[in-house]
Amino acid sequence: MPSLDDLKKRIKSVKSTQKITKAMKMVAAAKLRKAQENAEKGRPYSQKMQNIILNLTRSISDPQNAPKLLVGTGIDKTHLCVVLTADRGLCGGFNSNICKLAKSSFKKILSEGKNLKIITVGSKGLDQIKREYEKYIIKKFSFKDKKQITFKEAEIIGNEIINLFKKNEFDKCILFYNNFKNVITQIPQAQQIVPADKTPIKENEENLSYEFEPEEDEILEDLLPKNISTQVFKAFLENAASEQGSRMTAMDNATRNAGDLVDKLTINYNRSRQASITKELIEIISGAESL
Amino acid sequence: MSEKFTIEIISPDRSIIKTETSEVVIPSFEGEMGILKDHIPLITFLRPGLINIKTNTDQKFFVEEGTVEFSNNNLLILTSTAKEVTKMNKKFIDTLISESEKKLDKNEITDKERYLLSYKLETLRNINQ
Repeated sequence: MPSLDDLKKRIKSVKSTQKITKAMKMVAAAKLRKAQENAEKGRPYSQKMQNIILNLTRSISDPQNAPKLLVGTGIDKTHLCVVLTADRGLCGGFNSNICKLAKSSFKKILSEGKNLKIITVGSKGLDQIKREYEKYIIKKFSFKDKKQITFKEAEIIGNEIINLFKKNEFDKCILFYNNFKNVITQIPQAQQIVPADKTPIKENEENLSYEFEPEEDEILEDLLPKNISTQVFKAFLENAASEQGSRMTAMDNATRNAGDLVDKLTINYNRSRQASITKELIEIISGAESL
Repeated sequence: MSEKFTIEIISPDRSIIKTETSEVVIPSFEGEMGILKDHIPLITFLRPGLINIKTNTDQKFFVEEGTVEFSNNNLLILTSTAKEVTKMNKKFIDTLISESEKKLDKNEITDKERYLLSYKLETLRNINQ
Protein backbone atom coordinates (compact mmCIF):
# COMPACT_ATOMS: atom_id res chain seq x y z
CA MET A 1 0.00 0.00 0.00
CA PRO A 2 1.62 3.25 -1.11
CA SER A 3 1.68 5.99 1.44
CA LEU A 4 -0.40 9.15 1.10
CA ASP A 5 2.67 11.15 0.15
CA ASP A 6 3.54 8.72 -2.64
CA LEU A 7 0.06 8.96 -4.07
CA LYS A 8 0.15 12.72 -3.93
CA LYS A 9 3.45 12.82 -5.82
CA ARG A 10 2.14 10.40 -8.40
CA ILE A 11 -0.98 12.47 -9.04
CA LYS A 12 1.12 15.56 -9.44
CA SER A 13 3.45 13.96 -11.95
CA VAL A 14 0.60 12.52 -14.02
CA LYS A 15 -1.06 15.90 -14.06
CA SER A 16 2.05 17.60 -15.38
CA THR A 17 2.45 14.91 -18.04
CA GLN A 18 -1.11 15.59 -19.03
CA LYS A 19 -0.29 19.25 -19.42
CA ILE A 20 2.56 18.42 -21.76
CA THR A 21 0.54 16.07 -23.93
CA LYS A 22 -2.25 18.58 -24.08
CA ALA A 23 0.11 21.29 -25.25
CA MET A 24 1.61 18.95 -27.84
CA LYS A 25 -1.84 18.16 -29.11
CA MET A 26 -2.63 21.84 -29.51
CA VAL A 27 0.61 22.45 -31.38
CA ALA A 28 0.01 19.44 -33.62
CA ALA A 29 -3.51 20.62 -34.36
CA ALA A 30 -2.28 24.02 -35.44
CA LYS A 31 0.49 22.54 -37.56
CA LEU A 32 -1.86 19.97 -39.00
CA ARG A 33 -4.11 22.61 -40.45
CA LYS A 34 -1.26 24.14 -42.35
CA ALA A 35 0.23 20.84 -43.43
CA GLN A 36 -3.14 19.58 -44.59
CA GLU A 37 -3.66 22.73 -46.61
CA ASN A 38 -0.27 22.30 -48.22
CA ALA A 39 -0.91 18.67 -49.01
CA GLU A 40 -4.22 19.48 -50.62
CA LYS A 41 -2.76 22.34 -52.61
CA GLY A 42 0.12 20.20 -53.78
CA ARG A 43 -2.04 17.38 -55.06
CA PRO A 44 -3.14 18.93 -58.38
CA TYR A 45 0.42 19.51 -59.51
CA SER A 46 1.57 15.95 -59.08
CA GLN A 47 -1.69 14.58 -60.47
CA LYS A 48 -1.57 16.72 -63.58
CA MET A 49 2.08 15.91 -64.05
CA GLN A 50 1.23 12.22 -63.94
CA ASN A 51 -1.58 12.84 -66.44
CA ILE A 52 0.68 14.56 -68.92
CA ILE A 53 3.14 11.73 -68.71
CA LEU A 54 0.37 9.21 -69.26
CA ASN A 55 -0.77 11.11 -72.33
CA LEU A 56 2.78 11.23 -73.58
CA THR A 57 3.29 7.54 -73.03
CA ARG A 58 0.23 6.76 -75.04
CA SER A 59 1.34 8.69 -78.04
CA ILE A 60 4.95 7.66 -78.01
CA SER A 61 5.84 6.38 -81.45
CA ASP A 62 8.77 4.12 -80.77
CA PRO A 63 8.52 2.21 -77.50
CA GLN A 64 11.86 0.47 -78.06
CA ASN A 65 13.79 3.70 -77.84
CA ALA A 66 11.71 5.31 -75.13
CA PRO A 67 13.60 6.72 -72.14
CA LYS A 68 14.66 4.08 -69.65
CA LEU A 69 13.08 5.96 -66.77
CA LEU A 70 9.71 5.29 -68.37
CA VAL A 71 9.97 1.72 -69.54
CA GLY A 72 12.58 0.42 -67.12
CA THR A 73 15.85 -1.31 -67.83
CA GLY A 74 14.20 -4.50 -68.92
CA ILE A 75 15.59 -6.48 -66.04
CA ASP A 76 14.23 -6.75 -62.54
CA LYS A 77 17.22 -7.39 -60.36
CA THR A 78 17.97 -4.55 -58.00
CA HIS A 79 15.29 -2.73 -56.06
CA LEU A 80 15.82 0.68 -54.53
CA CYS A 81 13.52 1.49 -51.64
CA VAL A 82 13.17 5.06 -50.46
CA VAL A 83 11.63 5.21 -47.00
CA LEU A 84 10.25 8.57 -45.92
CA THR A 85 9.66 9.03 -42.20
CA ALA A 86 9.57 11.83 -39.68
CA ASP A 87 12.45 13.23 -37.67
CA ARG A 88 10.47 13.33 -34.47
CA GLY A 89 8.79 10.71 -32.38
CA LEU A 90 5.70 10.81 -30.18
CA CYS A 91 3.34 10.53 -33.11
CA GLY A 92 1.61 7.24 -32.51
CA GLY A 93 2.09 4.55 -35.09
CA PHE A 94 3.15 6.93 -37.82
CA ASN A 95 6.78 5.89 -38.18
CA SER A 96 6.25 2.25 -37.27
CA ASN A 97 3.51 1.84 -39.85
CA ILE A 98 5.76 2.98 -42.67
CA CYS A 99 8.61 0.83 -41.42
CA LYS A 100 6.38 -2.18 -41.04
CA LEU A 101 5.24 -1.92 -44.63
CA ALA A 102 8.77 -1.27 -45.83
CA LYS A 103 10.18 -4.21 -43.88
CA SER A 104 7.63 -6.63 -45.27
CA SER A 105 8.59 -5.47 -48.76
CA PHE A 106 12.28 -5.88 -47.97
CA LYS A 107 11.65 -9.42 -46.84
CA LYS A 108 9.79 -10.20 -50.05
CA ILE A 109 12.48 -8.70 -52.24
CA LEU A 110 15.23 -10.60 -50.45
CA SER A 111 13.32 -13.89 -50.47
CA GLU A 112 12.96 -13.56 -54.23
CA GLY A 113 16.74 -13.42 -54.45
CA LYS A 114 16.87 -9.83 -55.64
CA ASN A 115 19.27 -7.13 -54.58
CA LEU A 116 18.08 -4.55 -52.12
CA LYS A 117 19.22 -0.97 -51.67
CA ILE A 118 17.71 1.41 -49.17
CA ILE A 119 17.65 5.17 -48.88
CA THR A 120 16.18 6.54 -45.68
CA VAL A 121 14.82 10.02 -45.21
CA GLY A 122 14.16 11.12 -41.65
CA SER A 123 15.95 9.85 -38.58
CA LYS A 124 13.14 7.84 -37.01
CA GLY A 125 12.85 5.45 -39.90
CA LEU A 126 16.61 5.02 -39.97
CA ASP A 127 16.61 3.97 -36.31
CA GLN A 128 14.01 1.30 -36.91
CA ILE A 129 15.41 -0.05 -40.13
CA LYS A 130 19.10 -0.14 -39.32
CA ARG A 131 18.61 -2.81 -36.67
CA GLU A 132 17.97 -5.47 -39.28
CA TYR A 133 18.90 -3.98 -42.62
CA GLU A 134 21.90 -1.79 -41.90
CA LYS A 135 24.10 -3.31 -44.60
CA TYR A 136 21.59 -2.48 -47.32
CA ILE A 137 21.33 1.21 -46.51
CA ILE A 138 23.27 3.19 -49.09
CA LYS A 139 22.29 6.72 -48.20
CA LYS A 140 20.69 8.60 -45.32
CA PHE A 141 18.95 11.93 -45.50
CA SER A 142 17.70 14.05 -42.68
CA PHE A 143 16.17 17.49 -42.88
CA LYS A 144 15.94 17.95 -39.15
CA ASP A 145 17.15 21.53 -39.20
CA LYS A 146 14.70 22.60 -41.89
CA LYS A 147 11.55 24.17 -40.58
CA GLN A 148 9.51 23.38 -43.61
CA ILE A 149 10.33 21.04 -46.40
CA THR A 150 10.20 22.72 -49.77
CA PHE A 151 10.53 21.59 -53.33
CA LYS A 152 14.31 22.04 -53.06
CA GLU A 153 14.68 19.22 -50.59
CA ALA A 154 12.53 16.99 -52.75
CA GLU A 155 14.76 17.83 -55.69
CA ILE A 156 17.87 16.80 -53.77
CA ILE A 157 16.39 13.37 -53.25
CA GLY A 158 14.99 13.22 -56.77
CA ASN A 159 18.38 14.02 -58.25
CA GLU A 160 20.03 11.40 -56.08
CA ILE A 161 17.59 8.79 -57.40
CA ILE A 162 18.19 9.85 -60.99
CA ASN A 163 21.97 9.80 -60.57
CA LEU A 164 21.82 6.28 -59.17
CA PHE A 165 19.62 5.25 -62.06
CA LYS A 166 22.01 6.68 -64.62
CA LYS A 167 24.80 4.69 -63.02
CA ASN A 168 22.66 1.58 -63.40
CA GLU A 169 22.56 1.08 -59.67
CA PHE A 170 18.99 -0.14 -59.62
CA ASP A 171 16.15 -1.29 -61.89
CA LYS A 172 13.12 -0.44 -59.86
CA CYS A 173 12.46 2.26 -57.31
CA ILE A 174 9.75 2.24 -54.69
CA LEU A 175 8.74 5.11 -52.42
CA PHE A 176 7.36 4.43 -48.94
CA TYR A 177 5.29 7.07 -47.20
CA ASN A 178 2.01 7.68 -45.39
CA ASN A 179 -0.90 8.89 -47.44
CA PHE A 180 -3.00 11.43 -45.59
CA LYS A 181 -6.65 10.52 -45.80
CA ASN A 182 -8.01 12.33 -42.79
CA VAL A 183 -6.97 13.19 -39.26
CA ILE A 184 -7.41 9.70 -37.88
CA THR A 185 -6.64 7.64 -40.97
CA GLN A 186 -3.25 7.58 -42.60
CA ILE A 187 -2.49 4.81 -45.00
CA PRO A 188 1.09 3.65 -45.44
CA GLN A 189 1.84 3.38 -49.13
CA ALA A 190 4.38 1.89 -51.46
CA GLN A 191 4.51 3.79 -54.71
CA GLN A 192 6.62 2.70 -57.62
CA ILE A 193 8.28 5.67 -59.30
CA VAL A 194 10.83 4.01 -61.58
CA PRO A 195 9.86 2.78 -64.11
CA ALA A 196 6.95 5.18 -64.23
CA ASP A 197 3.65 3.74 -63.14
CA LYS A 198 1.58 2.93 -66.20
CA THR A 199 -2.03 2.53 -65.27
CA PRO A 200 -3.98 1.01 -68.13
CA ILE A 201 -5.81 3.41 -70.40
CA LYS A 202 -9.47 3.78 -69.66
CA GLU A 203 -11.55 2.54 -72.55
CA ASN A 204 -14.06 5.34 -72.74
CA GLU A 205 -11.42 8.02 -72.70
CA GLU A 206 -10.79 9.40 -76.11
CA ASN A 207 -7.27 9.20 -77.32
CA LEU A 208 -6.24 12.75 -78.07
CA SER A 209 -3.43 13.17 -80.49
CA TYR A 210 -1.17 15.85 -79.13
CA GLU A 211 1.07 18.21 -80.91
CA PHE A 212 4.52 18.15 -79.41
CA GLU A 213 7.06 20.85 -79.36
CA PRO A 214 9.90 19.76 -79.26
CA GLU A 215 9.70 16.00 -79.98
CA GLU A 216 8.04 13.54 -77.58
CA ASP A 217 11.33 11.96 -76.63
CA GLU A 218 12.87 15.26 -75.72
CA ILE A 219 9.88 16.23 -73.62
CA LEU A 220 9.92 12.90 -71.84
CA GLU A 221 13.67 13.12 -71.22
CA ASP A 222 13.10 16.37 -69.40
CA LEU A 223 9.79 15.63 -67.79
CA LEU A 224 10.50 12.25 -66.23
CA PRO A 225 13.24 13.41 -63.87
CA LYS A 226 11.02 16.33 -62.93
CA ASN A 227 8.21 13.93 -62.26
CA ILE A 228 10.34 11.95 -59.83
CA SER A 229 11.07 15.05 -57.78
CA THR A 230 7.40 15.96 -57.93
CA GLN A 231 6.34 12.57 -56.66
CA VAL A 232 8.90 12.76 -53.86
CA PHE A 233 7.62 16.21 -52.98
CA LYS A 234 4.05 14.96 -52.92
CA ALA A 235 5.13 12.16 -50.61
CA PHE A 236 6.78 14.75 -48.35
CA LEU A 237 3.62 16.82 -48.16
CA GLU A 238 1.41 13.83 -47.48
CA ASN A 239 3.86 12.64 -44.87
CA ALA A 240 3.98 16.01 -43.12
CA ALA A 241 0.20 16.14 -42.85
CA SER A 242 0.03 12.53 -41.71
CA GLU A 243 2.68 13.09 -39.07
CA GLN A 244 0.79 15.97 -37.49
CA GLY A 245 -2.53 14.15 -37.73
CA SER A 246 -1.06 11.06 -36.18
CA ARG A 247 0.59 13.06 -33.41
CA MET A 248 -2.62 14.90 -32.69
CA THR A 249 -4.62 11.72 -32.22
CA ALA A 250 -1.86 10.10 -30.20
CA MET A 251 -1.56 13.09 -27.90
CA ASP A 252 -5.32 13.36 -27.56
CA ASN A 253 -5.43 9.75 -26.42
CA ALA A 254 -2.54 10.33 -24.04
CA THR A 255 -4.30 13.33 -22.51
CA ARG A 256 -7.45 11.31 -22.01
CA ASN A 257 -5.54 8.40 -20.49
CA ALA A 258 -3.75 10.74 -18.11
CA GLY A 259 -7.12 12.15 -17.06
CA ASP A 260 -8.42 8.66 -16.32
CA LEU A 261 -5.31 7.86 -14.35
CA VAL A 262 -5.63 11.02 -12.29
CA ASP A 263 -9.25 10.14 -11.45
CA LYS A 264 -8.28 6.66 -10.37
CA LEU A 265 -5.38 7.85 -8.27
CA THR A 266 -7.50 10.54 -6.63
CA ILE A 267 -10.07 7.95 -5.55
CA ASN A 268 -7.28 5.80 -4.19
CA TYR A 269 -5.82 8.76 -2.39
CA ASN A 270 -9.15 9.72 -0.81
CA ARG A 271 -9.82 6.16 0.25
CA SER A 272 -6.52 5.71 1.97
CA ARG A 273 -6.85 9.10 3.64
CA GLN A 274 -10.27 8.06 4.96
CA ALA A 275 -8.84 4.73 6.09
CA SER A 276 -6.07 6.36 8.05
CA ILE A 277 -8.52 8.76 9.74
CA THR A 278 -10.79 5.87 10.71
CA LYS A 279 -7.81 3.96 12.03
CA GLU A 280 -6.73 6.86 14.18
CA LEU A 281 -10.25 7.31 15.53
CA ILE A 282 -10.47 3.62 16.47
CA GLU A 283 -7.14 3.89 18.24
CA ILE A 284 -8.30 6.92 20.25
CA ILE A 285 -11.64 5.33 21.19
CA SER A 286 -10.17 1.99 22.17
CA GLY A 287 -7.51 3.82 24.14
CA ALA A 288 -10.18 5.77 26.04
CA GLU A 289 -12.22 2.61 26.69
CA SER A 290 -9.34 0.75 28.22
CA LEU A 291 -8.89 3.43 30.88
CA MET B 1 -20.64 31.80 -78.38
CA SER B 2 -17.98 32.86 -76.01
CA GLU B 3 -14.44 32.75 -77.18
CA LYS B 4 -13.02 31.99 -73.77
CA PHE B 5 -11.15 29.06 -72.35
CA THR B 6 -9.78 28.28 -68.90
CA ILE B 7 -6.18 28.74 -67.91
CA GLU B 8 -4.62 27.37 -64.78
CA ILE B 9 -1.11 27.90 -63.46
CA ILE B 10 -0.05 25.44 -60.79
CA SER B 11 3.13 25.36 -58.77
CA PRO B 12 4.13 22.39 -56.59
CA ASP B 13 2.82 24.01 -53.44
CA ARG B 14 -0.29 25.81 -54.64
CA SER B 15 -2.52 26.83 -57.50
CA ILE B 16 -1.41 30.28 -58.57
CA ILE B 17 -4.26 31.32 -60.80
CA LYS B 18 -7.32 29.83 -62.42
CA THR B 19 -9.30 32.06 -64.71
CA GLU B 20 -11.08 32.45 -68.02
CA THR B 21 -9.44 34.24 -70.86
CA SER B 22 -9.61 34.64 -74.59
CA GLU B 23 -5.91 34.68 -75.36
CA VAL B 24 -2.68 33.65 -73.73
CA VAL B 25 0.86 34.14 -74.97
CA ILE B 26 3.40 31.70 -73.58
CA PRO B 27 7.19 31.64 -74.00
CA SER B 28 7.46 28.14 -75.42
CA PHE B 29 10.84 26.49 -75.76
CA GLU B 30 10.98 27.10 -79.47
CA GLY B 31 9.50 30.57 -79.54
CA GLU B 32 6.59 32.60 -78.31
CA MET B 33 3.24 30.99 -78.84
CA GLY B 34 -0.19 32.55 -78.79
CA ILE B 35 -3.04 30.29 -77.75
CA LEU B 36 -6.68 30.90 -78.58
CA LYS B 37 -9.78 28.83 -78.02
CA ASP B 38 -9.93 25.45 -79.78
CA HIS B 39 -6.21 25.18 -80.23
CA ILE B 40 -5.26 21.59 -81.02
CA PRO B 41 -4.03 19.47 -78.09
CA LEU B 42 -0.50 20.46 -77.29
CA ILE B 43 2.30 19.59 -74.91
CA THR B 44 5.35 21.78 -74.72
CA PHE B 45 8.04 23.30 -72.51
CA LEU B 46 8.66 26.82 -71.42
CA ARG B 47 11.85 28.80 -71.53
CA PRO B 48 12.35 31.84 -69.27
CA GLY B 49 9.95 34.56 -70.29
CA LEU B 50 6.56 36.09 -69.66
CA ILE B 51 3.20 34.41 -69.69
CA ASN B 52 0.70 37.01 -70.79
CA ILE B 53 -2.93 36.34 -69.96
CA LYS B 54 -5.09 38.71 -71.97
CA THR B 55 -8.28 39.55 -70.16
CA ASN B 56 -9.59 43.09 -69.86
CA THR B 57 -6.32 44.01 -68.27
CA ASP B 58 -3.20 42.09 -69.14
CA GLN B 59 -1.87 39.84 -66.44
CA LYS B 60 1.78 38.89 -66.75
CA PHE B 61 3.74 36.18 -65.02
CA PHE B 62 7.46 35.65 -65.11
CA VAL B 63 8.49 31.99 -65.44
CA GLU B 64 11.84 30.26 -65.70
CA GLU B 65 10.68 26.84 -66.75
CA GLY B 66 7.54 24.82 -66.93
CA THR B 67 5.41 22.32 -68.75
CA VAL B 68 2.31 23.23 -70.72
CA GLU B 69 -0.59 21.08 -71.70
CA PHE B 70 -3.56 22.23 -73.73
CA SER B 71 -6.51 19.94 -74.21
CA ASN B 72 -10.29 20.35 -74.35
CA ASN B 73 -9.96 24.11 -74.01
CA ASN B 74 -8.02 23.77 -70.81
CA LEU B 75 -4.62 25.34 -70.65
CA LEU B 76 -2.55 23.90 -67.87
CA ILE B 77 0.83 25.32 -66.92
CA LEU B 78 2.94 23.46 -64.41
CA THR B 79 5.83 25.51 -63.11
CA SER B 80 7.70 25.98 -59.88
CA THR B 81 8.88 29.50 -60.64
CA ALA B 82 5.87 31.60 -61.70
CA LYS B 83 5.83 35.13 -60.28
CA GLU B 84 3.36 37.85 -61.07
CA VAL B 85 5.26 40.74 -62.63
CA THR B 86 3.52 43.48 -60.69
CA LYS B 87 4.52 41.78 -57.44
CA MET B 88 8.22 41.62 -58.28
CA ASN B 89 10.26 44.45 -56.82
CA LYS B 90 13.32 45.96 -58.41
CA LYS B 91 15.76 44.59 -55.89
CA PHE B 92 14.60 41.04 -56.46
CA ILE B 93 14.94 41.42 -60.21
CA ASP B 94 18.41 42.92 -59.86
CA THR B 95 19.65 39.98 -57.82
CA LEU B 96 18.22 37.58 -60.41
CA ILE B 97 19.97 39.48 -63.18
CA SER B 98 23.35 39.52 -61.47
CA GLU B 99 23.04 35.80 -60.65
CA SER B 100 22.31 34.96 -64.26
CA GLU B 101 25.12 37.16 -65.49
CA LYS B 102 27.56 35.34 -63.26
CA LYS B 103 26.39 32.00 -64.60
CA LEU B 104 26.71 33.20 -68.18
CA ASP B 105 30.31 34.21 -67.58
CA LYS B 106 31.30 30.70 -66.66
CA ASN B 107 32.78 28.74 -69.52
CA GLU B 108 31.56 25.28 -68.71
CA ILE B 109 27.86 25.83 -69.41
CA THR B 110 26.23 24.07 -72.32
CA ASP B 111 24.68 25.78 -75.32
CA LYS B 112 21.22 24.94 -74.04
CA GLU B 113 21.91 26.59 -70.70
CA ARG B 114 23.38 29.60 -72.46
CA TYR B 115 20.25 29.85 -74.59
CA LEU B 116 17.96 29.69 -71.54
CA LEU B 117 20.00 32.16 -69.52
CA SER B 118 20.14 34.72 -72.28
CA TYR B 119 16.37 34.65 -72.51
CA LYS B 120 16.08 34.99 -68.78
CA LEU B 121 18.31 38.05 -68.80
CA GLU B 122 16.49 39.63 -71.67
CA THR B 123 13.11 39.18 -70.03
CA LEU B 124 14.29 40.48 -66.69
CA ARG B 125 15.87 43.54 -68.25
CA ASN B 126 12.66 44.26 -70.09
CA ILE B 127 10.67 44.09 -66.87
CA ASN B 128 13.11 46.42 -65.21
CA GLN B 129 12.67 49.17 -67.74
